[in-house]
Amino acid sequence: MKRMWKFASVAAAASMVLAACGGSDSSTDTTAASDTTAAASEPAASDIKVAVVYLGVPDDKGWTYQHEQGIAAAEAETGVTIKRVENVPDNADSEKTFEQLASEGYNLIFATSFGYGSPMAKVAAKYPAVCNQWATGAKFLLTKDGGGEYATFDDVPKNLGTYFGAAEEARYLSGLAAGKATKNGQLGYVAAFPIPEVIRGINAFTLGVRAMNPSATVKVSWTSTWFDPTKEKQAAEALLDSGVDVIAQHQDTTEPGVAAEAAGAFWVGYNSDVREAAPKAFLTAPTWNWGLFYAKTIEAVKGGTCPSDEYYGSMADGMVTLADPSELVDADAVAEIEAKTAAIKDGSFAPFTGPIRNQDGDEVLKAGEKAELGALLSMDYFVEGVLGSPKG
Amino acid sequence: MNQNIWVLMTGDSVALATTLILAALGALFTERTGVLNLGVEGVLLTAAISSFIAADSSGSVWVGLIVGSLAGALLAGIHAILAVVLRANQIVSGLALVIFGTGLANYLGKPYEGKTISVKLTDMTFGPLTDIPLLGPILFEQDIITYVALAAAVFSSLYLFRTRPGLEVRATGDDPATVDAQGLMVSTIRIRYTLFGGLLMGLGGSWLMLAESAAWHQAATTNGVGWIALALVVFASWRPIRLVLGAVLFGFTLQLPYTLQAENITFIPQAFLQMVPYVATLISLIALSRPGSTNALGAPKSLGVPFVRDER
Repeated sequence: MKRMWKFASVAAAASMVLAACGGSDSSTDTTAASDTTAAASEPAASDIKVAVVYLGVPDDKGWTYQHEQGIAAAEAETGVTIKRVENVPDNADSEKTFEQLASEGYNLIFATSFGYGSPMAKVAAKYPAVCNQWATGAKFLLTKDGGGEYATFDDVPKNLGTYFGAAEEARYLSGLAAGKATKNGQLGYVAAFPIPEVIRGINAFTLGVRAMNPSATVKVSWTSTWFDPTKEKQAAEALLDSGVDVIAQHQDTTEPGVAAEAAGAFWVGYNSDVREAAPKAFLTAPTWNWGLFYAKTIEAVKGGTCPSDEYYGSMADGMVTLADPSELVDADAVAEIEAKTAAIKDGSFAPFTGPIRNQDGDEVLKAGEKAELGALLSMDYFVEGVLGSPKG
Repeated sequence: MNQNIWVLMTGDSVALATTLILAALGALFTERTGVLNLGVEGVLLTAAISSFIAADSSGSVWVGLIVGSLAGALLAGIHAILAVVLRANQIVSGLALVIFGTGLANYLGKPYEGKTISVKLTDMTFGPLTDIPLLGPILFEQDIITYVALAAAVFSSLYLFRTRPGLEVRATGDDPATVDAQGLMVSTIRIRYTLFGGLLMGLGGSWLMLAESAAWHQAATTNGVGWIALALVVFASWRPIRLVLGAVLFGFTLQLPYTLQAENITFIPQAFLQMVPYVATLISLIALSRPGSTNALGAPKSLGVPFVRDER
């Protein structure tokens, strides 16, 4: 368990280095950073000042785009104008961005990437009046046991909360559509990094696929990047060349979908409903609705409290959603998706319910047993039916 | 049609090699006259975003290719002025070009970040030829620029080693003083081929944008291809035909991680495989930036040395 977290953090660290090198956006950083100065002098629409820090730009049609939808919705709902800081690499350098925002009197800061955690925690400790929220984070990672610097969980600054959600629920449902759509039982999955979040998604998808087609396999191709149109396309094309007829993805561009459409295959997207990118291939996509959390948190901070818990949203509370299945999805699959959606929302069903076997055929969850949140958040094995290595 | 995945992969490698061939040929011509232009990465990025904007606003890939190529030549022109006319340190000037080109692409591309392009360069098909086992997917299912790149390499080889202007190019790189004594203008030749090199790099960058990547994303468009191109020239001993073989080999290593995973061969970590082309690049760049160390590899003898007539 401990080793796995270390591995995850090393992988994440590596990704940050890559992002930092590949980004070479230092000019943008400066612009973004100086923008905050300008915004600070403007009068805010309410008595609190809110900022969001983005890894990329709001129109990437992926991760940042979907956060931007939520931020815009929260602005409309709360009447607060939110400051966007774009293109901030999620490495140690981001500390100066957080420090600047804090020193300029921002009351609430949202950080939308995994790598912002440690720099954000440092600034949170220095500015206890500022409320910090870390997307996809886990406080455990800030403790000594998780590779961080705080002795125990309780030493992590109290003005820091995390937020994420059970994408695995929507992944499972998208797997139902894919499992029904495949003709030869071979599916491909273009994936970013071998960390629990991604592994969990692949497993949930595969469980959904095999619920419709018990002998189907899902072949995984790692790209070592969250956002790279060319590499994602390359990976998808190689999978399609090998014979898969459905492509799913844990990536932020729509290139795997474009490749699938060109090969006459089906596609399950991610992050946002981007069916127009490959209308002849699109089945459905697990998507995010961050707006509810943003609005709720802004209201809480307005009321004088800073949520410091680890918020894990779900389909039940609306943070995780599934794009409406396209007309390519078989009616049986649509009915099954609707039934399972209802069951997930009322709590009578969870994707990770035993019996579940890993790739080696060993039983990891007994029949009827549901996986606990801790086990989900640290998942480091592939379930039966996945081809590839969970180590990357 | 059901072709073997390794055959398809070789076809993909040839396609991936297109930018490498064009960019490296550009670098080769530049270096053959004695000018070291390390700015390839910046030239590619600027050419890529220029071709994106031109193709997107005109609705024509051809306009995109032309504008992108000219943008490449324009950027190389900056290097020509600094390195040839002003005799600046070529390594410094080249590196400055990388930073400038990256920043310029960032500036020009800001409004387009994440946007997909409306027109694309499509593969040509040759009917029954495309269906030939083995050779079909490799040779007869590429886009026009890939064929142009392959043809350009062959012509470059003939030009450099079989024609008088080619001899002048090589002589300028090896012994500019003698060329000067023959009554030829060393600076003119160097500027001309630095610009021509930039044009080829620009075409490579445009192809990368218009054929290979469907969306503009600064951080992921070139992925260090410009640096690989520089390494490739060293590996090819400054010879165009070897350069094509090397480019396909590099294309192969860039594609290999994905093909292995598609074949469910996973005993080698992906991160390691993805690193291989860049390690090879790093090694050759070290050689390239140490004057003298590349002579044994067949480098032009006055590579990176500004020509000053008085010092003859």
